[in-house]
Amino acid sequence: MLKFVRGAAVASFAGLLLAGAPLQAKTLRFAFQGDYKSLDPYTLNETFTLGMHAAAYEGLTKRDPELKIIPGLAERWEVLDDGKRWRFYLRQGVKFHNGNAFNADDVLFSADRVRADGSDLKTRIPPEAKFVKVDDYTVDVELPAPNPILHYEWDTWYIMDKEWSEANNAGKPTPAAATTPSYAALNANGTGPFVVESHQPGVKTVWKPNPAWWDKPQHNLTEAIFTPIASDATRVAALLSGEVDWIDPVPLQDVDRVNASANASVMQGPELRTIFLGFDQYRDELLYSNVKGKNPFKDKRVREAVYKAIDIEVIKDKVMRGAATPSALMISPLLFDLSEDFKRPAADPEGAKKLLAEAGYGEGFEVGMDCPNDRYVNDERICQAVVGMLARVGIKVNLNAQPKAKYFAKVLAAGGYDTSFYLLGWTPGSFDSYNVLANMYRCRDEKGNGGNNNLGNYCNPKMEELIKQVLGETDTKKRNELIKAAYTLGQEEDWGYVPLHQQALAWGVAKNTKVVQRADNQFLFYWVTKE
Amino acid sequence: MLAFIIRRLVQSIGVLLAVAFIAFAMFRFVGDPVNQIVSIEASAEERAQIRESLGLNDPFVVQFARYVGRAATLDFGISYQFRQPVTKLLGERMPATLELALVSAVFALVVGIPMGVYTALRRDSWLAKLFQAVSLVGVSLPTFLIGILLIYVFAVTLGWLPSFGRGEVVRLGDWWTTGFLTTSGLRALILPSITLGLFQMTLIMRLVRAEMLEVLRTDYIKFARARGLTRRAINFGHALKNTLVPVITITGLQLGSIIAFAIITETVFQWPGMGVLFLQAVQNVDIPIMAAYLLLIAFLFVVINLAVDLLYAVVDPRLKVTVRAA
Repeated sequence: MLKFVRGAAVASFAGLLLAGAPLQAKTLRFAFQGDYKSLDPYTLNETFTLGMHAAAYEGLTKRDPELKIIPGLAERWEVLDDGKRWRFYLRQGVKFHNGNAFNADDVLFSADRVRADGSDLKTRIPPEAKFVKVDDYTVDVELPAPNPILHYEWDTWYIMDKEWSEANNAGKPTPAAATTPSYAALNANGTGPFVVESHQPGVKTVWKPNPAWWDKPQHNLTEAIFTPIASDATRVAALLSGEVDWIDPVPLQDVDRVNASANASVMQGPELRTIFLGFDQYRDELLYSNVKGKNPFKDKRVREAVYKAIDIEVIKDKVMRGAATPSALMISPLLFDLSEDFKRPAADPEGAKKLLAEAGYGEGFEVGMDCPNDRYVNDERICQAVVGMLARVGIKVNLNAQPKAKYFAKVLAAGGYDTSFYLLGWTPGSFDSYNVLANMYRCRDEKGNGGNNNLGNYCNPKMEELIKQVLGETDTKKRNELIKAAYTLGQEEDWGYVPLHQQALAWGVAKNTKVVQRADNQFLFYWVTKE
Repeated sequence: MLAFIIRRLVQSIGVLLAVAFIAFAMFRFVGDPVNQIVSIEASAEERAQIRESLGLNDPFVVQFARYVGRAATLDFGISYQFRQPVTKLLGERMPATLELALVSAVFALVVGIPMGVYTALRRDSWLAKLFQAVSLVGVSLPTFLIGILLIYVFAVTLGWLPSFGRGEVVRLGDWWTTGFLTTSGLRALILPSITLGLFQMTLIMRLVRAEMLEVLRTDYIKFARARGLTRRAINFGHALKNTLVPVITITGLQLGSIIAFAIITETVFQWPGMGVLFLQAVQNVDIPIMAAYLLLIAFLFVVINLAVDLLYAVVDPRLKVTVRAA
């Protein structure tokens, strides 16, 4: 209350100075289901957190509302020496929030820090990339081999201040096993459009605009306040009662209620994450099945049968209430230029039965399925629908739906890929197909070296070759053709996965608030305007 | 007396050790903390390295012994999610939980006792029957449902009270924050404390009613009536006074459960207390927070029980003898 009075007094005083120019306190209050845990921009590679960091921190590049790469702290860059050297020209006159000047030393420091132990964003920069300071405002990146997507994830590699970090003993990201608390986890010093005024992890974070920001603000806020609200019902209630201006997510069953209210509406759009089913196609005998001595999923006819048994339209209409975009690929169509060339085959239970009979499973078989129940939108219900659809073609699925903490502990590398059939979601962090191919289609060993998130170990030497070519190809058109060939092989020939859909984003937004919804689901309030 | 206290203290340490042991044994079934620390793209070597650095590869007994050793010096480790000391995180959240628990307890007493007295004295009035019906609702409806109903009516439909949070808080001293000193803080307290206190209120009301009915039948009340004392003096001066002993006991014991069961209320109202912190820790397999919270709650119950036992001895001289003999 006191704060409000003071804010109002300042505002009216400023109004006097500006001779009646309309200037009033515009506070954005918003709530997300999870916490904004650490302010250290390298501790957690998670979408919402990365979006929050963008208020105070900036990268060398940025992405615009359409996800196009635009200049950030680097004004421009060029590729030299046949792709083995990238030269970045840094923006001059930029100051960190504490007044320190931004220069090449900060970039070199941040490049080391983001690759240090304890960082969860090590993949932002290849380990072999060498950063060289040419002068105070020019930095070269030397690579052993050309890499056309070097800077694709640099919009979330935020530049930190070398002097500040070292002075506060935060030269390295805090590892999880740290015994001393991290200064950078509770304090931020970036170059971005907002300054963190207070941060109480898990309770409240407050930002104020940065008056010395180098760019022209596109927001009209005087303050932004974040509170986590974990309970779905309470989050929706807070939006409907006007206590917050933005929430994420709106549960699907509440979408109509929010739209019917006078205060707010739901903004829906396709998200980049692809939800899919995967098979263990590596072990000689499935861990969870009544088929002994062989693995039915090694037969691609069985995988095709599963694909065709699933009626994606039913999942979209009944389970997702329309809030999903069925997908033919393991990547969102927004991220691959040639995705139009792929069509999802229609559901065909009869054909599926025939395929199963051909493969020698005319009598059907039993298999165990792993599924999270608190990770993706309606994840458990999607799995239940899949169980029903597969039952119609004779495959009896025993569903094991668990909280994400238990699910991931079981199915990922650390759990020894302990699954036969699973549901997972994947967003390529680089917004590029190479990430999907490298994680989902490369062979791996028992420990997970190779395609670490290829849980069922899809493995085809032809695919390995294609993936290598994609990595080295710098010509966009040729590269796209190679990616297309890889998806054709993985999808239409090998039936390696069953892509289901891209779930929809569902943001609840107050009627007096204008926000920009980007498909990667980062909430960037430097684009928010309030009436 | 001193021997009794010392014996109870030793027993208390045993209880705390047992709680820590059981909690630790359960943590192995909540999932893998490493998955919550790194993103899904982290490599196998990185995961293995973190696992090693957290000591998760050591045998259970070694992990437990190490934890107890550190806890003995009040070092509860660093939260996996927040990378902050657990003692600091719990300390920051504790005022919120304690203020909520206090207000709920006061609400339960201030409303519950008069309702109990009234229903005992005017058993057949319609208001007494209404109170009985309301108390049935309080006992039988789950807390989260009451919370959501209150939010729906008072925050969304009527717009009178906030639906979440603690409002503006004022910092007192180094580590206490209070919501008692601001309007928004007081307004934010109303719905959560009713939600949390409703069950205790109905419990107290029913207890007072039963005790009152019992006492009103006793001989000394009859004699008091025969002496011609006013109804007021009989009902409040003699009857109520004698019903309060069990009420105080129950209230004291219930204070522990109010704090422990605040988890649900805190989650529904996003009340920034220890309960929310604990629940999020469970979801994220943040073992240091879970362990410290469970120990803290166990400690609270132990202290409250000890205090109640000692109070008994003070209040009832007959017990003192058994205490000495024991």
